[in-house]
Amino acid sequence: METIYVILITTIKTIIYFGVLMLHVAYATYAERKIIGHIQLRLGPMVVGPHGLLQPIADVVKLIFKEDIIPYNVDRKIFTIAPLISLTAALSTFAVIPVSENWLISNVNVGILYVLGIAGIGTYGIIFAGWASNSKYAFLGSLRSAAQMISYEVALAMSLVGVILMAESFNLTEIVNKQLEYSYGMFLIPQFLGYFVFIVAMLAETNRVPFDLPEAETELVAGYFVEYSGIRFSLFYLAEYLAMFCMSALATICFWGGWTVPPFLLTIFPFLGIIPGIIWFLIKVYFHMFLFFWIRGTLPRYRYDQLMSIGWKVLLPLALLNIVLTSIIKYYW
Amino acid sequence: MNPENTRELLINMGPQHPATHGVLRLVLEIEGEVIKKCIPYIGYLHRGVEKLSEDLTYVQSLPLTDRLDYLSSMINNVGFCIAVEKLMGISVPERAKFIRTMMSEMARICSHLVWIATHALDVGAMTVFLYAMRDREKLLELFEMVTGARLTVSYPRVGGVRCDVNQEFLDELYKFVNEFPKKVEEYETLIDRNRVWLRRTKGVGVITAEEAINWGLTGPTLRGSGVYYDIRKFFPYDAYDKVEFEVPLGKNGDIYDRYKCRMLEFRQSAKIIKQCIELLPEGAILADDALRIRMPSSPLKIDKKDIQFEIYIEDKSIEDFINKFTEVYASIEAPKGELGFYIVCDDSAKPYRMRVRAPSFVHAGVLPRLCEGALIADVIANIGSIDIVLGECDR
Repeated sequence: METIYVILITTIKTIIYFGVLMLHVAYATYAERKIIGHIQLRLGPMVVGPHGLLQPIADVVKLIFKEDIIPYNVDRKIFTIAPLISLTAALSTFAVIPVSENWLISNVNVGILYVLGIAGIGTYGIIFAGWASNSKYAFLGSLRSAAQMISYEVALAMSLVGVILMAESFNLTEIVNKQLEYSYGMFLIPQFLGYFVFIVAMLAETNRVPFDLPEAETELVAGYFVEYSGIRFSLFYLAEYLAMFCMSALATICFWGGWTVPPFLLTIFPFLGIIPGIIWFLIKVYFHMFLFFWIRGTLPRYRYDQLMSIGWKVLLPLALLNIVLTSIIKYYW
Repeated sequence: MNPENTRELLINMGPQHPATHGVLRLVLEIEGEVIKKCIPYIGYLHRGVEKLSEDLTYVQSLPLTDRLDYLSSMINNVGFCIAVEKLMGISVPERAKFIRTMMSEMARICSHLVWIATHALDVGAMTVFLYAMRDREKLLELFEMVTGARLTVSYPRVGGVRCDVNQEFLDELYKFVNEFPKKVEEYETLIDRNRVWLRRTKGVGVITAEEAINWGLTGPTLRGSGVYYDIRKFFPYDAYDKVEFEVPLGKNGDIYDRYKCRMLEFRQSAKIIKQCIELLPEGAILADDALRIRMPSSPLKIDKKDIQFEIYIEDKSIEDFINKFTEVYASIEAPKGELGFYIVCDDSAKPYRMRVRAPSFVHAGVLPRLCEGALIADVIANIGSIDIVLGECDR
């Protein structure tokens, strides 16, 4: 009986979580277009609804009703399955991400490892898509993606080791709670090096500017999803935005104290405690999302060899240095 | 695996590709990401401008030249007019000369704005594109104010210009050129101090001064390698000998230096326009002996005498041909490089042969030299840095 109860609760939670998440993704596309629009002296979407607010819905409807073209020479099975792999992996990461103190689907004690592992599986979707498309541009895009993901996943994981050392736990909820023991309330301050590496690796991991080489539209037209259209194309898009949310949430939890307010701020402004934790969480997540959009509006794209050298020669040594420093400090204090 | 069984991946970049600036087609042989061989194919935008002009009178050929380098149609018109003026010995009034110089520099700014927009977009900086387009819009409006057209202006005439500029236009233009250097600084803040941009452009696509000359490069593409050659200085036409300006030079001949040259040219062009407005003399805008099409009084039939040149048709031997037929070559400094018009006149109202020396055509030829051994991303940056327009290249 109890098992059924647990399953029921988890299912309901998952459905709510999924629905809210999808809404956020839809409006993240809108936010991106608006923000980049204003950076570029444009207005962004303005036609559908007031200030283009219904644009994401119109887009979804359009993408669903578009003809689903599968080119003749593709490997049909893998071609069909590739976007699903990307999307499933991106969605699964949210199973362990806590948005508020008690609001998470499953409290896994190796949360960080789970997120990193599942995020790594998403790469297979991209590689399969490029390989199955039987197109040279898609193939090159997927090759780039494979190399990029592998090199930056290492730096990404290494940058989180410092946090794990300080929190003495892999559990995401515990990491947040541990940060409350410090008066500044976030690992951002002692782990600034780790945070820097994390932010750069996060951009590369989600294929965003300035590391959007797998889908560099001026070089590879659209990279790995050049042969995709309609809903399959949008699944990749969805996966990318979900990955952005996932990374933003991870940065929020590991470096910004998740849904908590720094204790020193609470002592100065006690009224801040009234605001529910989820609002703080969303503010912090959307700050990171804004960072993604801001960087996209500002920076050019790195070249392939430069990307590799940054990953291996700059980020990885920095992350290792961070681990060593954190360990030393941890050992003596 | 036996190395004999491996071969390079053949990639067909273009003619439909977002970053080949029109319909340029590059066949790339790549190994990994490294270009082993690069062969440019052109001709997808061939409209036979040169052949067409053999069937049209000199005045009628003028609108065709708009369509060569459609980003700076004014300069093409001026180039063609200067060639025909040289052929017929027409002297242009001072005021028209200044107006032409002013308009040429406006077109140069226009063209360079599109260049910086697309070049930055190719390298990945999207925002510069829209910033540059904002300022180009202002210039197009100014063109519209005088000529009624925005892109293909057909404004200069053989022997002058079509219509006079008014004070309102001059005021607007003066305001624009005063603000313009600040706008250029805006673009520079976006890309020039950007590490990513510098890493993508410095030391990439290097061509030495000697090689650049041998490949026949001209314009900012040549000056980026540090060669001091500018037709406006060496063979001044129009009012260029009456205004002061400098010719910016690069040093290393890489993408960054070519970029820097054009960025400095923005400021020089603004300076020239300013001087033109200040020095603009009064007077006629069209020479008395300018080519005119006399409109027929009755709509029945256009007599050949209505066109102020007599048709000359007679069988001739080659020697007579060479002795008799005058030929002329006039070149101007277009935004892309040296734009030359070579016209052979057989004393009829139509050119016997017109040939356009298009800088884009020459520059497209140097692409293999710049790209081989580089990476795929560099190909895109190189196409941007030599600034080709396929309309001019294919003619």
